Parts: sequence; C-alpha cells; structure tokens
Amino acid sequence: MSTPHFLVHNSKDTVGVAAVEGIEAGQELQGWVMDTDATITVKALDSIPLGHKVALRDMASGDTVIKYGHDIGRTIAAIKKGGHVHVHNTKTKRW
Amino acid sequence: MSDMTFHGYRRENGRVGIRNHVIILPLDDLSNAACEAVANNIKGTLALPHHYGRLQFGEDLDLHFRTLIGTGANPNVAAVVVIGIEPGWTGRVVEGIAATGKPVQGFAIERNGDLKTIMDASRVAQKYAQWASELKRVECPVSDLWVSVKCGESDTTSGLGSNPTVGNFIDKMDPRGVTSCFGETSEITGAEMVCKERAATPEAAQKFIATWNAYNEMIERHKTNDLSESQPTKGNIEGGLTTIEEKAFGNLEKIGRKTRYVDVLKPAETPASGPGLYFMDTSSAAAECVTLQAAAGFAVHLFPTGQGNVIGNPIEPVIKLTANPRTAREMSEHIDLDVSGILRREMNYDEAGDALIDITMRVCNGRLTCAEALGHREFVMTKLYQSA
Repeated sequence: MSTPHFLVHNSKDTVGVAAVEGIEAGQELQGWVMDTDATITVKALDSIPLGHKVALRDMASGDTVIKYGHDIGRTIAAIKKGGHVHVHNTKTKRW
Repeated sequence: MSDMTFHGYRRENGRVGIRNHVIILPLDDLSNAACEAVANNIKGTLALPHHYGRLQFGEDLDLHFRTLIGTGANPNVAAVVVIGIEPGWTGRVVEGIAATGKPVQGFAIERNGDLKTIMDASRVAQKYAQWASELKRVECPVSDLWVSVKCGESDTTSGLGSNPTVGNFIDKMDPRGVTSCFGETSEITGAEMVCKERAATPEAAQKFIATWNAYNEMIERHKTNDLSESQPTKGNIEGGLTTIEEKAFGNLEKIGRKTRYVDVLKPAETPASGPGLYFMDTSSAAAECVTLQAAAGFAVHLFPTGQGNVIGNPIEPVIKLTANPRTAREMSEHIDLDVSGILRREMNYDEAGDALIDITMRVCNGRLTCAEALGHREFVMTKLYQSA
C-alpha cells in the first residue's frame, strides 16, 4: 500500500485516524493497522478532516471507544461504521 | 554511536550547557523594569521578566525560589545578575545560584531607586557579558546531556508520529546515559495505570500515582465541567482529539517503548538519582512546564506539536517537530523537524528518531532553533495558590 487514508494504532481499536486531508463522504478508504501491518478498508459516511477519527465498526450509544488498544471514552450516540467519531458523539469517562 | 559527543560549555560545577546566556533575573514583579533596562544597556544579556515574588508563602514560596535559583543555576547560563525590591530575598536567590560556582551578584532597589540600581547592575552585567564571550565550547560525551520533553497543541498526529519519534529518541539515548524528563501530570489522566507500570521501581510507581492522585483531586475540587476545551484544549479538539484519555495515551508515546522512569520530581526539582528518565509533577501548559524543566537543569527540550504550538524558552532551546503535514506546510518557520512522512509511510519511527537525534545534536552544538530565531522566550512561573 502507498499512502494510507487512515491509520490504526492497534488491531483492537474501534477507530482509525485520517492521515490525509479532504476525505469526503462516500469515499472508499484504505487503512494501515500499525501493530499487525494489516490493510483494512472502510467506506466513509461523513467527511473526515485530517487527524479526525473514523468508526471501524457500528457502535451503540454508551459503548467504549478503543484506541491504542485502550479505553479512550464512551459514545453518547450510536455511530455507524465509517462515521465521524468526535466530541459530538463521544465523551470522556473522567472528570 | 556509543562515542557520540557534542560541544558544550562545561560549568564550574561540572554540568554542561549548550548556550552561554548572561541573564538579568528579577526576584519579583517590581524588579522587571530595572532588569529590562539593564538588559537594554548591556548587549548580550537577557532579562527574564515574570509576574510573581511578593507575599507568597509555604510550598508556593519554596517553588518560587526553586524556580528562580534553578533558572540561574541552569548550565545554559554563564552568569547572573539578580535584582529584587529588597535585599533579603534577593540574597537568598543569589546564594542559591552561587552554590554552582558561577558568577552571580544581587542588587536591591529599596534605598537606591531604579536608576542607581540599573547603573550598578549594568556595570556588573557588562563585566559578565564580556567574560562569558570568551568562554569556549569543549567536546563532551552525550551522557552530559540533559533533555526534557513535553508536547503541545497536540492532535492525533502527535500520538501517531511526533510523540513516538521522541519516544524513539528516548529509547536510543537512555542507554547512553542521557538524563531526561517528562511531566504534564493532568495529561496522563486515563493512562495513569499504564504510566505507573513504566516505573523502574515500586517506590517510583507509588510516588507517581500519589502525585497523579493529588493533581486529579485538585482538578476535581475546582472544576465546573468536564474540562472540555481546557484539557483537551480547543486546539486539540480542532485537531481531532476527543477525550483526555485519548490525549493521554498519545502523550505517553513520548517516553518510548522500553525506557522506565527512575524517580518522580517535584516541580523544578533537580534530578539526584543519576542518569535516566524522570517524571516531573507539572502543569500541562507548555510554557509553565518547560520553565519548570529548565529550572531543574535541563539543557535542551524536545517539543512535538500537532496543530502548531509556537513556544520557546529564554534559556533552554526548544526543538519542535510535527507529523501533521498541514502544520509542517503552513507553519514551517516554527518546525525544526518535519516527520509527517510517518503518516505517508515514507518514514518509520527508527528513521524519524535518528533524524531527531541529528537535529538535537546540531542544536546542542550551536544551531539556533526556530523558536530562538523567532525570539520566543516564554518564561512562566508556576503558582500553586493565592498570595497572602
């Protein structure tokens, strides 16, 4: 694979990170899973700005979001695979 | 690379600096004007104005003195002129710095006024500046190098690229006897148990978790919401970081994959357990943290950024790196090392770490950082609570 559209830290992660600018809804994305060197594909449901997260699976409201192989917070709305994961649908479990 | 060396200034106490500053250090807010006047009179000197130093007490006062004395004692500083409103506390700072053996002299404004103080202090500052200008760099083993790390305006590219690059640097330099330091207590939140496990000893692990608990209790006491837009910052969120937990795991990438921290330091405390990685209890605000690390004696700072924090420090050169291609493109004058190739799979962590070692050694040998060239000299004292 040449330049990936998104990167995934750990094969357990439920989100990937957009590594290129200008990802649009409907685009087929290629992702690189960094710990296993695997390539995965996801169809973007939303535009995903550089550095923002894309859901790698369907998530229900209240689900734990996994990144770096660890718990990074909980969803506060259902998110479809390919959707934009950020402050509008995900919150900290701390503070 | 085991014989890696750099050319630095070996000070009277054996510590090695990579810069040769003569600083004009105010004890308190009232003495800033006189210090700036002296620095204006005498070329090659640098005033470090700040906001505090009056009616502080207890632990907060101890930290004030530790920060000022530590700043003067830093090996990047050749000599110091201290100016305070009165002679008592001024003398305390002078005495603390004098313990290093470097030239230092204090001046008090009361009973003299600004003008006489500025004249007397300028005469000494001139002598120091001309003396320091003849000091020579000497070849030093890399084990004489003290490196601090802290990230800022992070985004998800920090955890993917620039922070692991710093981690690769730490993993490669720690076995070479470098002394290093990370901090940002609140920014470990969510990853505190992972960080605890990275301690070299059970004592260091206990000390870390007690330090983290105390900071978290302070946040719980004062918070009015979940800290969204403060920690993570508005810039972090713009860059795609959603929660403090996500930011914390990215932050921890800076300490590498195998290096373990040997001890936990109070803010601005100088490491005393020999070479190795240390955790310091600090705020996660860039200038506050770097000021404390510089006051602990660190000579060069590695600063990964995502969205483009522009911080510098008056005495400790700050090397900036980013893996965000947009930041590298739009803010190139602030970026000493572009590792955005990691995101494109054109560069791996090993190559990025080697590139960071290379630019760091060049800065240690005298190359100006972007922040130095642009005149960024943020000197921000940490204040623990209100003054009396």
